[in-house]
Amino acid sequence: MTRSTIDLWVGVFVAIGLGALLFLALKVGNLASFSTAETYRVEARFANIGGLKVRAPVKSAGVVVGRVAEIGFDNEAYEAVAVLTLDARFKFPRDTSAKILTSGLLGEQYIGLEAGGDERMLADGERLRLTQSAVVLENLIGQFFTSKAAEGGDAKGAK
Amino acid sequence: MRATLTHLGAMVTAGVWRLGYAARFFGYLLVHSATAFRRFGLTVREIYFAGVLSLIIILVSGLFVGMVLGLQGYDTLQRYGSSEALGVLVALSLVRELGPVVAGLLFASRAGSAITAEIGLMKATEQLSAMEMMAVDPVARVVAPRFWGGVISMPLLAALFSAMGIFGGYLVGVVLIGVDEGAFWSQMQDAVDVREDILNGVIKSVVFGFAVSLIAVFEGFDATPTAEGVSRATTRTVVTSSLAILALDFVLTALMFTGGN
Repeated sequence: MTRSTIDLWVGVFVAIGLGALLFLALKVGNLASFSTAETYRVEARFANIGGLKVRAPVKSAGVVVGRVAEIGFDNEAYEAVAVLTLDARFKFPRDTSAKILTSGLLGEQYIGLEAGGDERMLADGERLRLTQSAVVLENLIGQFFTSKAAEGGDAKGAK
Repeated sequence: MRATLTHLGAMVTAGVWRLGYAARFFGYLLVHSATAFRRFGLTVREIYFAGVLSLIIILVSGLFVGMVLGLQGYDTLQRYGSSEALGVLVALSLVRELGPVVAGLLFASRAGSAITAEIGLMKATEQLSAMEMMAVDPVARVVAPRFWGGVISMPLLAALFSAMGIFGGYLVGVVLIGVDEGAFWSQMQDAVDVREDILNGVIKSVVFGFAVSLIAVFEGFDATPTAEGVSRATTRTVVTSSLAILALDFVLTALMFTGGN
């Protein structure tokens, strides 16, 4: 085998290797979406974020409009602070409300935005005032039991 | 009793000695690597032997590993009614773990052993001494190109393995079983992060490339210059680099994928 054919094969090898990397980055990963788009950041405070994670999607009307950038804890108000990066193409009114929702029964949690009616739009660094915390299953079951117990008590009292 | 202790102590000392020698060898190799890049033809030739000739085994194994992941993953996922997550499962397990690790193991047994045998045989037939006689540094001329050839080939092979595996998972999941194609790809793209998953996988494969190539050239260079010594060195290359890959994989995984999220 002469040198030039080896060069050819190595060239082919390197090319398809890099092609595989490109395939992984573009087709398998999410490089194409979201990394280059311009974004702005807004803050939302929740009493409880449940299982929300960094990089969870932010959706409005079911469409992904941003991601959760960071999650922190405010030690003064004892609240969770979630910073959202929203795609700059999408503008929301200032009284937009944020809810923590779950996709499916066991799916991951995401933030749902519901646009309000304010004329002014949210700007970078502003805060979403209206928020609704995640539904925590234990609390829900607790409420269910207390209401059942209360019902039972009423029923007995009526007899 | 005493003899056993003495033997044990001698073994430990010899092991530490070899480790120190290997570290010094690595340093020397790095310092004298300039030739491997100045005369890049030498390295290209080694990329051919280490990379191009490993292509078939890597591609075929990747395809089969991906197809098995597709079958097994589908069987488990459909019990929970989330068979669309098959793409996520196949892609994440390949990109994060199986791609770098299995490609590394195959690379160690296919290319690493060949490198050791070649350098060991050159030593046994005194070609290395002959080079030294002619004032040619065998580390710069023989060892460094093989080392860098391996280091360059390994990440490319791991990427090809992962890509081929995902294609295999696609074949079984979408074409054969009939998982929805759109959900397969879109959920995969949603879950696989370029920096978090793919880049970390590539970093793993680069580290494995360094480890396997270093072990291979060192075992060859350090081999006892007899037929038996070369065969032993070849065996040691495969065993040591497989263990090194698995141990490094644990360390790297612990560093990369814990904490935060």
